[in-house]
Amino acid sequence: MPFHHRVRNFTYRFDDLRTLLAKATPLRSGDELAGLSAQTAEERVAARMALADLPLKTFLNEAVVPYESDEVTRLILDTHDPEAFAPVAHLTVGDLRNYLLSDLADAETLKSLRMGLTPEMVSAVTKLMRHQDLITVAARCEVVTRFRNTIGLKGRLSTRLQPNHPTDDPQGVAAGIVDGLFYGSGDAVIGINPATDHVRTVIRLVEMIDQIRRRFDIPTQSCVLSHITTTLQAIELGAPVDLVFQSIGGTEAVNASFGVNLALLQEGWEAGRSLNRGTVGSNVMYFETGQGSALSANAHHGVDQQTCEVRAYAVARAFDPLLVNSVVGFIGPEYLYDGKQIIRAGLEDHCCGKLLGLPMGVDICYTNHAEADQDDMDTLLSVLGLAGVTFIMGIPGADDVMLHYQSTSFHDALYLRNQCNLRPAPEFESWLRQMDLMTPEGRLLPVRNHHRLLQAAGL
Amino acid sequence: MNAFTPADTDPWLFLQAHTPARIARGRTGHSLPTRALLEFELDHARARDAVYSQLETDALVTQLEGIRPGLIRLHSRASDRRQYLLRPDWGRKLNETSREELRNRTAGQAGFDLGIVIADGLSATAINRHAPAVVARLAEEAVRLGWSLAPLCLVEQGRVAVGDEIGHALKAEKLVVLIGERPGLSSPDSMGAYLTYRPEPGLTDEARNCVSNIRPEGLPYEAAVQKLVYLLSEMKARRLSGVQLKDEFDERAGWISSGGSAA
Repeated sequence: MPFHHRVRNFTYRFDDLRTLLAKATPLRSGDELAGLSAQTAEERVAARMALADLPLKTFLNEAVVPYESDEVTRLILDTHDPEAFAPVAHLTVGDLRNYLLSDLADAETLKSLRMGLTPEMVSAVTKLMRHQDLITVAARCEVVTRFRNTIGLKGRLSTRLQPNHPTDDPQGVAAGIVDGLFYGSGDAVIGINPATDHVRTVIRLVEMIDQIRRRFDIPTQSCVLSHITTTLQAIELGAPVDLVFQSIGGTEAVNASFGVNLALLQEGWEAGRSLNRGTVGSNVMYFETGQGSALSANAHHGVDQQTCEVRAYAVARAFDPLLVNSVVGFIGPEYLYDGKQIIRAGLEDHCCGKLLGLPMGVDICYTNHAEADQDDMDTLLSVLGLAGVTFIMGIPGADDVMLHYQSTSFHDALYLRNQCNLRPAPEFESWLRQMDLMTPEGRLLPVRNHHRLLQAAGL
Repeated sequence: MNAFTPADTDPWLFLQAHTPARIARGRTGHSLPTRALLEFELDHARARDAVYSQLETDALVTQLEGIRPGLIRLHSRASDRRQYLLRPDWGRKLNETSREELRNRTAGQAGFDLGIVIADGLSATAINRHAPAVVARLAEEAVRLGWSLAPLCLVEQGRVAVGDEIGHALKAEKLVVLIGERPGLSSPDSMGAYLTYRPEPGLTDEARNCVSNIRPEGLPYEAAVQKLVYLLSEMKARRLSGVQLKDEFDERAGWISSGGSAA
């Protein structure tokens, strides 16, 4: 169904819903590369005006990717909850923005709305939002998940300790873990990207982290971010797997390019839960996403990259994840060209994930061929702190020496905690105090020369 | 005024022996000490300069002509670096002038056992520093193995897949694309080698094998060339390249990789 909007004496026409969504999207290189962007700045605003007038019910009648050929669309529409939708069913997209920003929208209201909103509705409404709107709405959402600690409580900021090593050397990885723990990092997860996706490597690393965790009784969880099939093999072989990881996207075809589908994710979820390793909860999944993955896999169906991204969150929420992470600047400048585009996308992803009920973290990052630097990352980090981001990455010196990109450092997390008065997850905070690493006021303590953590993994 | 000495390092500095990661950098308050801050900025500056570096064509032409006369100089559809970054598809195709040039230079030629394409990719610095040495050694190996070597091709603003079109035109049985990899903070001059059996336009990354991080501090020239020759010989014997080759050898050797960061 075509949509129209008249600006002065020119009528813009948008052929269908996905076109309208794409044209309304703030400028980014990926949509330009896909040939989906508005041609002019005026057309972009005209599309937003048309989108603002669109009844939310439209999204239940017109799928941006066909229901018949895409299992993600089927998941989205089949799990849509009309009861949860009822309070906003009469609204347009523009009204929904007003509603979300109004005093009526508190944490409880937003929670009850989650399953009434589809990813496309959420993507649409955020296209009408400025940065401060994305921050305001996200900060109102509360999403709490649990495994060995409690993640996502108000006033808390968690970190994924990412001790990657170019050759998966166990001592090298352990050195990174110790560095991070001394800096108070690692309550979201101690998560390694392995350099090679071999089940032997995965088991060796999982066992190594588990050994350190048990030795020092650290209330956190571990993850080796291998393909889900490799993790399943590791589980079968008896490895102490805490979290099951997978990269996911927002269409069946992009998931196929990752070598997964919903049934396989279900299998991974069940295998993870069957181990019963969580002590305070049973959220066992860890997903990563990122705008541009669908275009990169030629699997976007003419849908803009933000909307594809938010559809991935519908996949994630079907499996009650402990953590979901948008790796926002990793994919490269052909999708998000510069600091401005990365910052916008990071705020969008975080807000959309939270609205849909996800424990949303952001890998605040860039590659060396993007027009971005540490100043841009500081800006995104700071605004995500205001937005109540659930977790960020912690990487020694912000430099991932295996994946060759820059993310946030342990220092960056300390900065955000101090500036925004945030604490780690409560169980982890207590542990840091027991280990003489943090004061009761939440200040990091200088580390003594012979701290017992230095014995970790025989270092 | 009190004497103030911020902690430039942490007591666990000795752990640096185990990892190239930036551990034990110290802190002042919650912030990075000045020295560590500036070291990071220097590395990032080098990586940025590498992305915007250009092929030193005069020097490269002289050196490559010395190895194999008849160098063909080509240019992708991406006219400059900004286009190259924004339009990966253009970096994978030759521009019209180059297409014409390649047609003229290869008309009526029989095929070759080995073709070598040299492209700037995301770090011309890597090519300027390492390509001549690796090409010279590869050419020697080709002679030793009795493989005919096609005219060398030097491509500006090129991505890996530009080699498919070139290799096809050269009628090369095996193709090596040497290309500057995406610079990391500690590796602004890392060169990658992508290998394809019977290249033709339209191939995807699954059809290639990759040898990454070629530079003296990473995989040194001699070792890199040994690995390339080994892979090329296997490709020739098994008449295939890419994921299938990788899968079979991963199990046994564990050191053949596919994929990479220059595509």
